[in-house]
Amino acid sequence: MVQFVEPQLHELADNCKRMRQWILTTTNKAGSGHPGGSLSAVEVMAVLYMKIMRVDPENPDWDRRDYFFLSKGHAAPVLYAALAERGFFPAEELMTLRQAGSRLHGHPSSECTPGVDISSGSLGQGLSIANGVALAARLKGTEQRAYVLLGDGEIQEGQVWEAAMTSAHYKLDNVCAIVDYNRLQLDGPVDEVKTLGSLRAKWEAFGWNAIEIDGHHLQEIYNSFEKAKEVKGRPTVILAHTVKGKGVSFMENQVGWHGVAPNDEQLEIALKELR
Amino acid sequence: MSKTLAPREAFGKALVQLGAENEDILVLDADCSKATMTSLFQKEFPHRFFNLGIAEADLVGTGAGLALAGKTPFVNAYANFLTGRAWDQIRISVCYANLNVKVIGHNSGTSPGQEGPTHLPLEDITLMRALPRMTVIEPADGVEMAKAVRALGEHEGPAYLRVGRMPTPIVNREAGRFVIGKANVYLEGKDASILACGVMLSKALEAAEELKAEGISVDVINVHTIKPLDSSCILEAASRTGAVVTAEEHTVIGGLGGAVAELLAQNLPVPVRMVGVQDRFGLSAKMPELHEALGLTRENIIKAVKEVISAKK
Repeated sequence: MVQFVEPQLHELADNCKRMRQWILTTTNKAGSGHPGGSLSAVEVMAVLYMKIMRVDPENPDWDRRDYFFLSKGHAAPVLYAALAERGFFPAEELMTLRQAGSRLHGHPSSECTPGVDISSGSLGQGLSIANGVALAARLKGTEQRAYVLLGDGEIQEGQVWEAAMTSAHYKLDNVCAIVDYNRLQLDGPVDEVKTLGSLRAKWEAFGWNAIEIDGHHLQEIYNSFEKAKEVKGRPTVILAHTVKGKGVSFMENQVGWHGVAPNDEQLEIALKELR
Repeated sequence: MSKTLAPREAFGKALVQLGAENEDILVLDADCSKATMTSLFQKEFPHRFFNLGIAEADLVGTGAGLALAGKTPFVNAYANFLTGRAWDQIRISVCYANLNVKVIGHNSGTSPGQEGPTHLPLEDITLMRALPRMTVIEPADGVEMAKAVRALGEHEGPAYLRVGRMPTPIVNREAGRFVIGKANVYLEGKDASILACGVMLSKALEAAEELKAEGISVDVINVHTIKPLDSSCILEAASRTGAVVTAEEHTVIGGLGGAVAELLAQNLPVPVRMVGVQDRFGLSAKMPELHEALGLTRENIIKAVKEVISAKK
C-alpha cells in the first residue's frame, strides 16, 4: 500500500483547499446551493479523483473507466470542483454554477457535464446504478470499479437498502460505497430526524465489509480505498466520519448551512479561514 | 371464435429470440419471472438474467447502471408496481439520464382479473407518457407483441412496453409491418375513426362489423405507439371522417384518449368520445366481467361512434 510522501500530501491538501474555495465562491455567485454537505466531502472526493479512480478527462465516456455516482446529488459543487481539479473542464467554468445556460446544473446532469456519470438529485438512487455498472463490468470481464457517495441522511431512503442487498447478493466486490457521515440533515441532526442506529452494524448485517475512518484524513481515506480493492466476494462501505461545513468555523456542524449560500461578507471571512 | 394468444407468452418467446441474436440484451425481473415469462430467457441465458427480488426501485436503478455500461436491459415487473412505485427512478435514472432501458409493465389492464384493484394497472400509460423521452407501446395482441419486442431491441433510449397476462384474440397479421410511432390502419371508412390500442383493437374491429351492417362506415386504426403519437395519421383520419372514438383498456385520463384529445383539441377540433376506464378503480373479477363492469365493450364503442357522428352534424 502506498504511503503518501510529503509532496503528494501537499498536492492533495492544495487540491482540497482550492475545492473548498470553489464551493464557497460558486455558491456565493449563484446565490444558492448546498455548501455544508459539499465541504464535508472534499477530502474523500479529492482522493478519489486525484489518486484512486481510473478516468480520462480527455475522454470522459471512456468505456473502461471507473465510475463515480454522486447519490447525494445536492453536493454537486464538490463534484464539479473535483472534476475541474482533475481537468474535465476549465476551473473558470465553475463560476457558471446554477446559471441559465450553464453546463453545471444545481444537481448533477450526465447529459451536459463532462465527467458526471449519472444524473442525480432525487436521493437514494446511486447505489442501484453502481450495482448495474458493476454487474456489467463482471459480464465484460473488466477490472472497473464503481464508487458511490451517499449522504447519511440519504440512507433513510429505502432504495439504498434494496440496493445494499443486491450488492451483497451478487457479491459485487467492485462496488465501494462511501457514507459522508456528517450527522446532519436538512431538518436537523440525523439522530433527531430519524436515527440511523448503529450504521456499521446495519451495513455488516446486510453483508458488507465496513471500514470506519476520519473522512478528512487524506492518508486514512486513501488506505481505505486501497483496502476495499483487496476485499473479495463482498462490497465495501467506507463510513467516513466528517464535519458538515468543514473548514469554515461558522459553518461547521451547523444545520443552517445545508442549503444556504454564503453572502459576500460571509464569503470573505470564510475564504480567509481556509488553510 | 378467433385464435387467441397470451401477450406475455409471445413476449417471453420473442425475448429469448432477441437474446440469441444480441448478447447485450439482459433481462431483470422483480420476483415475478414465472408470471412475466422472463423465466424462458433465464433458462436459456442464466448469466444474463438477474432477479432483483421484490424491489422495483432497485430493479430500475440497476437496469440504468447496466445501460450506462452499454448493455440493453429489459426490466420486468407488474405494470402498476413498476410504473407507480419506481416512477421517480424511471424519471431520473432512466429518462433524465437518457439511458437505453426497456421498462416492461406486465399484467396490464384488466388481465390480472380476480387479483383485484390493487393489481389492475389502469394508470401506467399516463404515468409513462408524462415523462420526457419516453416511448410508450401497447401492442394489440401476441403477434404484434413479438414484433414490438424485436423493434425495441433495435430502438435506442427509454421505452415502456405494456404486456397483458391473459390470452386475447389475434387480430394482427404476421406479415404486417410494425414501426414504432407509426399507427396501422386496419379499416378505412368515412363516417368516423376508431383509434384503439391493446385488446380493445379486437373489439373495435367487431364494432366496425356491426356498424357496417347498419350502414355506418368507420376507420379502425391500431395506435400501438401511444408516444410518440402518429399525429399525421390521426389528423388525416380525423379530417377525413370528422369524428373520433378512442378505445383503451386503461384510464382515459392521460391515456390514449387523453393523448388523442390533446392532439385534436390543438390542431383539428372534432367530436371525440373516449371508451376506457372512467376515473375509477377496478374490482375483483374475471377479465370479461371486468370489461363489462368498466365499460370496455364493443357496445360502448358502437354507442360512442353513433354519438360522435351525430355530434358533428
